[in-house]
Amino acid sequence: MNNNLKDDWELIVGLEVHVELGTKTKLFCGCVNQFGDEPNTNVCPVCLGLPGSLPVVNEKAVIYAMQLGRALNCSVGRSIFARKNYFYPDMPKDYQITQYDQPTNMDGYLELPSGVKIGIERAHIEEDTGKTVHVGSTGRISGSDYSLVDYNRAGVPLIEIVSYPEIRTIDQAKEYVEELRGVLLALEVSDAKMEEGSIRVDANVSVRIEGEDELRTRCEIKNVNSLRSLGRAIEYEANRQIDLYENSEIPSQETRHWDESDGRTRPGRSKEDAEDYRYFQEPDLVPLNPNTETIEMIDQGLPSFPSERRMQLATLAQMDVSEIALIVERGHDGFAAETINSGAAPQVVIKHLTNNLSDGLGELTPTAFASLIQMEESAELTSTQAKKVLGELVLQGGRPQEVAAQFGLEAVDTDELETLINQLITDYPDEWERFCGGEKKVQGFFVGEVMKSTRGQADGKVINQILNERISD
Amino acid sequence: MSPSVPDSFVTAESISEKVKSGEWSAVEILDKYLSQIEQHESEVHAFNTVLEGEARAAARETDKRVASGETLGPLAGVPIAVKDNLCTKGIRTTASSRILENWKPPYDATVVQKLFSAGATLIGKTNMDEFAMGSSTENSAFGPTRNPHDLSCVPGGSSGGSAAAVAAGFAPISIGSDTGGSIRQPASLCGVVGVKPTYGGVSRYGLLAFASSLDQIGPFANTVRDAAIVHEVIGGHDPKDSTSISEPFPSFLDGLDHGVEGLKIGIISELMGGIEGISPEVIGKTREAASVLSANGALIEEVSIPASLYCLSSYYLIAPAEASSNLSRYDGVRYGLRVQGETLAEMNINTRTNGFGNEVKRRIMLGTYALSAGYYDAYYGKALKVRRLLAQNFDEVYSKFDVLLSPTSPCTAFKLGEKTSDPMTMYVNDVCTIPSNLVGHPAISVPFASGNDGMPIGVQILVPPMQEALMYRVASTLESAKSNEQ
Amino acid sequence: MTEPISEEEVAHVAHLARLRLSDQELEIFTRQLGAVLEHAKDVEALQLDGIEPMSHPFPLENVTREDEVGEMLEREKVLDQAPAAEDGRFQVPQILGEQP
Ligand SMILES: [Mg+2]
Ligand SMILES: [Zn+2]
Repeated sequence: MNNNLKDDWELIVGLEVHVELGTKTKLFCGCVNQFGDEPNTNVCPVCLGLPGSLPVVNEKAVIYAMQLGRALNCSVGRSIFARKNYFYPDMPKDYQITQYDQPTNMDGYLELPSGVKIGIERAHIEEDTGKTVHVGSTGRISGSDYSLVDYNRAGVPLIEIVSYPEIRTIDQAKEYVEELRGVLLALEVSDAKMEEGSIRVDANVSVRIEGEDELRTRCEIKNVNSLRSLGRAIEYEANRQIDLYENSEIPSQETRHWDESDGRTRPGRSKEDAEDYRYFQEPDLVPLNPNTETIEMIDQGLPSFPSERRMQLATLAQMDVSEIALIVERGHDGFAAETINSGAAPQVVIKHLTNNLSDGLGELTPTAFASLIQMEESAELTSTQAKKVLGELVLQGGRPQEVAAQFGLEAVDTDELETLINQLITDYPDEWERFCGGEKKVQGFFVGEVMKSTRGQADGKVINQILNERISD
Repeated sequence: MSPSVPDSFVTAESISEKVKSGEWSAVEILDKYLSQIEQHESEVHAFNTVLEGEARAAARETDKRVASGETLGPLAGVPIAVKDNLCTKGIRTTASSRILENWKPPYDATVVQKLFSAGATLIGKTNMDEFAMGSSTENSAFGPTRNPHDLSCVPGGSSGGSAAAVAAGFAPISIGSDTGGSIRQPASLCGVVGVKPTYGGVSRYGLLAFASSLDQIGPFANTVRDAAIVHEVIGGHDPKDSTSISEPFPSFLDGLDHGVEGLKIGIISELMGGIEGISPEVIGKTREAASVLSANGALIEEVSIPASLYCLSSYYLIAPAEASSNLSRYDGVRYGLRVQGETLAEMNINTRTNGFGNEVKRRIMLGTYALSAGYYDAYYGKALKVRRLLAQNFDEVYSKFDVLLSPTSPCTAFKLGEKTSDPMTMYVNDVCTIPSNLVGHPAISVPFASGNDGMPIGVQILVPPMQEALMYRVASTLESAKSNEQ
Repeated sequence: MTEPISEEEVAHVAHLARLRLSDQELEIFTRQLGAVLEHAKDVEALQLDGIEPMSHPFPLENVTREDEVGEMLEREKVLDQAPAAEDGRFQVPQILGEQP
């Protein structure tokens, strides 16, 4: 696949996705977990890291984490919390409570719509940091005069999902994030909004010459806020590394930040702040150790996931998974199945859902949708007319027959079209000669003329059919 | 001149009873202690903050409630001194550190809440080694506390202020915290009872953490019974502390007078001469205590806890490691001291460099080192294994013995400044008390004798986790044997 | 185990812990930390292979709380204790370098 990389270079990407869980309260305290409130109003001694305060784990967050783990085909076992020590003002204790060598979820995979399985190394529970705004001329961290910290987000439960470096193209990287969103939405464990930061993606990027077995030095790219910038950041970073190699230099392993405004990645911390997080077991918390019944209960409660749903719809519609993936992503697969089950032609159902119903289904019911498709199939309506009726059904609801009648829509019948076409052949003998001689573009002229005299109410398919019959006459 | 240490003190129990019956007024009681403070606090310096106004108001409230016929708790009208590392809402809580000199917490520690619910009157916040790091209370940013028995001597530490407050008659009871002996060792040096409860027995919520897996809050008192009463008040499950034990403990007061007949008591041989540095005098007095218990029907034998030889090494890696992380939050951003700097990092560095004393810095650096990449396995990792080994040793011994006995402190109270030049010399003070913290078991120090210098000597009684009732029973036997003797 | 700590290592550790040491302090602390670490070497005498490290003194598991909203603090009271605040937020000096 094309990665816009120079020839012979292969892209290697592993993604670390941070997901904010949609619990009512934070991970270790009873403060409200809510985006967009007045700064420092959802805080207490625990999430402010006040001296003497102690964390207690939110049971719901643990359940969500285990559900996600099982959805990602992970093994879920005994886990312990650890402290990751580093100074930063948005982290109230100057350490983050996370999981290190014994995470809740290990060794799973995510299957992409393209059929590729991307391995998941781990999915662990950790707390979010607060938010810092930088005050000064630039509004960015560099060049700011000072910064202001809001701890409303500090302590919000996160799951960090770490993939193996098995992603090979930019499209796969995007597909992976989309698919993960689908899983999160199906589980209802997160609102999964990238633009509000409830999903945040870091990309570990490296490159190697195709055919190499060893992985080369990777850089971790942070601050990627949309799928588009994910693609751009990976591409920029891969090419930066290739350029270094081709100049006989070696990239250093480091964290780099994506700068959306100028489309570059930049090193984060200075070298002297070498990362030494001094992880150790969090003494204020005890291990989590779900028993087999808990895991079984979680498994039984899981909803069906995009990959299964794609398989189901593809089987029902007798189409390829890739053709119906979009419909599943939009959550319209149940609707599609109902319409198909009431007798509508699957191809047409999928066509309309893909092309004409991207903004939602509105007042449309599967029954009305199925009758409309039947009308279209029996040539009572042309596809253009059907599309118009469909738009109305989405807005107002109702039965397609009535809507079509209201608009005075009715496909011109075949006899009438034959008469019209006979007349055109007589009126334009030269053009007809050229058409019969194989000049295909003249076909458009005849179709256009028919549409003109029927004010667009003719079915293009039927016109083409009649024209072709006449040639062979 | 030393404060006149009364021969016998009024117990917390009798204060509470008489306040509740209306015989004594809480205000009167409080005034008695406040006047003792007024006379001697300038010499002893047991407090960082004396809460005269707040305490008077609380005592008046207690008297009003008694008058209106309300049922009050077991510490009704009892003045209590609380170590300055326990959060008190709206009241300065400093941990004896410049970095928190003016910090007023917006909440009460669970223990403080429980004391208030039991009717106690908070009389002041006591001096301590900065962030509980020390064994002499000389590491306080606000000056040392002195031993009421001899003002040229230290009271021990880190809860030296709380121990001295009870010894000097500033309060009948007080609260301390014990991470490696910080209640028991000063109790021994000041001649009072001091208890380190089972880890998880008393909530740590609101205790400024030193080493989270070792810290426990406990009482000081003049009598074993008072200590048990306070312990019952502050103990119990707290959902705010994940390490809090949810099962109920058997009553500490029932059976206090049941004696020691038939109990198998082991004397830890490593702490009776096996380890260097424990004074022969202290060892001798501990043997005397054993004889007293034997005379009361207990079976005494020497036992070995081999891993206790390595406790000091283990403790002085684990405690600093946890402390280095716990003390990161004092960065000048959200509360406490800030010393300005051009950049955030400079501000952090200026604040911490100026705000922390040398012992705290030493332990932060030691702990940072023990956890850092490349050294974790050699230091911290090994220390955790020694800890396991020690726990196995104890399990084995407790399969044959009910109770263990040892000295509390290797020596009697030493002179101020005597051990400050070399940290290792100071650390050795904790050698007898550290094992209980590493394994999370309860232990008590009971005043038993006096040394040739006239200073108090305590004896330590150790029991398996959650067996405090047994611990208090043995301690009570020793206590009454001692008073009968005199 | 390794040899007692060097001045460079102490300086590095001080840097990690956000402490500044004078030259004299560096020398003193290096000596003192060295003594503690030297003492810690005594555990080398122990056979510790295969022994499970012990992080917690009491073996509890699965301690959690329900996902219920609890008491929160008033912002004024929180910011009242802050060394510097602005716009309902905690103020800090210029930050060099992004979050790691
Ligand atoms: Mg993380
Ligand atoms: Zn909170």
